[in-house]
Amino acid sequence: MRDGLVEIRLWTALLALLGTLAAPPGLAEEVSKQQMQSLDEQVQVIKSDVLGIGAELDQLEEKLLYPSGTQVAVFLSLAEGQTFRLDSVQIQIDGQPVAHHIYSFKELEALQNGGVQRIYTGNVATGEHQLEVSVAGKLPRGGDFGGKQRFGFRKDAPPAIVGITLAERPSGDAGIEIGRW
Amino acid sequence: MPTSRFSSIACTVATLLASGSAAALDPKDLHFGEALYYAHQELYFEALERLDAEIAQHQRVDEPQLDSLYRQFGYARFCVGDFELSYRMDHRAGRAIRLVLEGDVAEPVRNEGAFRLARIHFQKGRPEDALQALERIHGEIPVGIRDDIEFLRANVLMALGRPSEAVEALRGIRDSQELTGFAAYNLGIALLQDGRQREAFEQLDRAGRVDGGDGSTLAIRDKSNLVLGSLLFEASEFGEAQGTLDRVRLDGPFSNQALLRAGWADASAQNFERAVVPWAILAEREPTDAAVQEALLALPYSYSQLSVYGRAALLYERAAQVFGGELAKLDSSLESVTAGEFLKALVREEIRQDKDWVIRLRSLPEAPETFYLTSLMASHDFQTALQNYLDLEDLRKKLVSWQTSLDAFDDLIRVRRKYYEPLLPEMDRSFRRLDAQMRLRLEQREQVDRRLQEMLVAPRPEYLATADEQGAKAQLEQLEARLGGASGPQAEALRLRIDRLKGVLRWGIEMQYHQRLTEAYVHLRELEPEVAALKTQYDAFVRTRQQANHGYAHQASAIRGLRARVHKAQKRLDVLMPAQGHVLELVAARELRIRRERLVAYQDQARFAFADSYDRAVKAQAH
Repeated sequence: MRDGLVEIRLWTALLALLGTLAAPPGLAEEVSKQQMQSLDEQVQVIKSDVLGIGAELDQLEEKLLYPSGTQVAVFLSLAEGQTFRLDSVQIQIDGQPVAHHIYSFKELEALQNGGVQRIYTGNVATGEHQLEVSVAGKLPRGGDFGGKQRFGFRKDAPPAIVGITLAERPSGDAGIEIGRW
Repeated sequence: MPTSRFSSIACTVATLLASGSAAALDPKDLHFGEALYYAHQELYFEALERLDAEIAQHQRVDEPQLDSLYRQFGYARFCVGDFELSYRMDHRAGRAIRLVLEGDVAEPVRNEGAFRLARIHFQKGRPEDALQALERIHGEIPVGIRDDIEFLRANVLMALGRPSEAVEALRGIRDSQELTGFAAYNLGIALLQDGRQREAFEQLDRAGRVDGGDGSTLAIRDKSNLVLGSLLFEASEFGEAQGTLDRVRLDGPFSNQALLRAGWADASAQNFERAVVPWAILAEREPTDAAVQEALLALPYSYSQLSVYGRAALLYERAAQVFGGELAKLDSSLESVTAGEFLKALVREEIRQDKDWVIRLRSLPEAPETFYLTSLMASHDFQTALQNYLDLEDLRKKLVSWQTSLDAFDDLIRVRRKYYEPLLPEMDRSFRRLDAQMRLRLEQREQVDRRLQEMLVAPRPEYLATADEQGAKAQLEQLEARLGGASGPQAEALRLRIDRLKGVLRWGIEMQYHQRLTEAYVHLRELEPEVAALKTQYDAFVRTRQQANHGYAHQASAIRGLRARVHKAQKRLDVLMPAQGHVLELVAARELRIRRERLVAYQDQARFAFADSYDRAVKAQAH
């Protein structure tokens, strides 16, 4: 169900109900509709400004901390239609643990709905590297879901973008695939 | 499963894909996927930050068709609008969707955009603009939003006071699967607004019987029954009202109202024995709820009507006590609101981690200012003011944390400057030397290459003479010069020998010309991997050198600029937050005062009725 619409529906329904059965709640005498609207507009303007600052700060952070010559970013997503419960993912690069994430319900839901998580951003030298992905979770049927897989990737001049896709194999093991972007 | 407002997006994609008007989503654009990841968690600020950056990046690339966002670009632009709307930035959302509308997009996409724009206008209380946007929809419409468009049109027409047109719009979709209950309910309300009361009652009755298991359908079904029950009650059809109100679930969001009205329907029909049942259930519920407070008075009233004065007296006494307790809570709430505690409680981080934070706040013993928060949430003005206040608080925290980041970046730059500055001059000198040598060699190689290409067209054997051959040739020319104009048999013999040797030399060079040309070409090509490796190394050095420079030299001014913007935004927040907070406090205080006045009246009634019932009970006992 589309929640935005549900909201309109309920709101409309409420308005209609109030219109039919009772007087709509008025504003406090001290606060006029114009004041509320003006404040709302000012809030929107400041949100816009802060979004701009945030975007610029992200760029600066990337330039300073993860220059393209050494940057590696690892993204994680679930294959379409996956229903297993992902509990945790651990990433190692060249034998060193670099990321360990434990998933909340909301995060898992976001992944199941097609979201992609940036699980790690860091720096590596130009050349060949090893990436190891370990996952743990539960299958809808109650069994354990997990596995570990190792992949090689090469770091060249542009940022190395690595995408990991998780899926349940027919055997119930974790299918872990890697792609380069 | 809790759903975010943004869950509408998934439906939109499915719709677009089904209608074939949007590209398939694979291969994924990871940065866009990252924005979706945040949006699905209702972290719209982060989602917008990522998606704005990704769209800007896409628009900068030279060959956008090679970019991973290319196939999802239109959808991404829609998402920006959706995220902005969800982040309560309707001005920007409207602009984003207008951009899509003005772009070169397919008809279904344009129609979807017009629908979304109309939805924004309607949500912001601009029904005329909403209708105008809806009138732009024509031609092919994505299947998944056809009913939604008609539903929105009906809502808009109702808001414009044109209920008969709304009825027509709703009739076409009253059996829509997706709008189960909602279209049926709104059709009932539209008929009512159009003055067709009997038809409205029948329609609301149908809406109150719809099947459907999902929470929102059950809620609208309850609402239909509550509204119909209330209308029947007002029309003095108490029996019918009772039956309708009984259909409202006891654990739904409208159950308190339904129980209260069910009791009144019985009481109005002089059936006090039955009225006791719903009111007794209601009187045991959360006493901050207005319906529960009313039931606390209504229950003993029905006992007194049944001449059970002793029980009535006891219940009136209990009601007076509960009202006293609630008045104390309201006074504390009002006091805390006036003292500014209310705003502090609202932004408590540990509370907001919980999705039911509004309900949890009520049970905090140390936060009296929040006891009546759930009741306040029923007010649209309060909700808007609260959301804005919470958003501003989030922005404030972000700005504070960014300030810390900027300090850290300053430190980073200082350390890098200290490390690089002594190293760079010597490194640059060495680089310039090597650079000059490299350029010379590369230029020589280019020259040889050019010459070989020319020799394919115009053979020049002398260019391929070996060093020995060139030496011998020079020597022969020297000897020839020394002979000068000498004459005599000896000189002639020498000249002959020189000519013969020159001939031998030329013969050798010319006979081997093709082989030599091939060899020269092969040797030159053999150099290519070496030249490429040299070039890679050279580029890597230049990049590293630039990064060393970028690592500190050019960033200091960027940081200064950002710091100034953060500071300016903080200043504006310092003004805006108290203003927004003040509005929140005013609205809260007003709502609380209204509740207080009603409670005082209830308490007086309870006390008076207690005394009256007590007297009657004593008299009854005396008889």
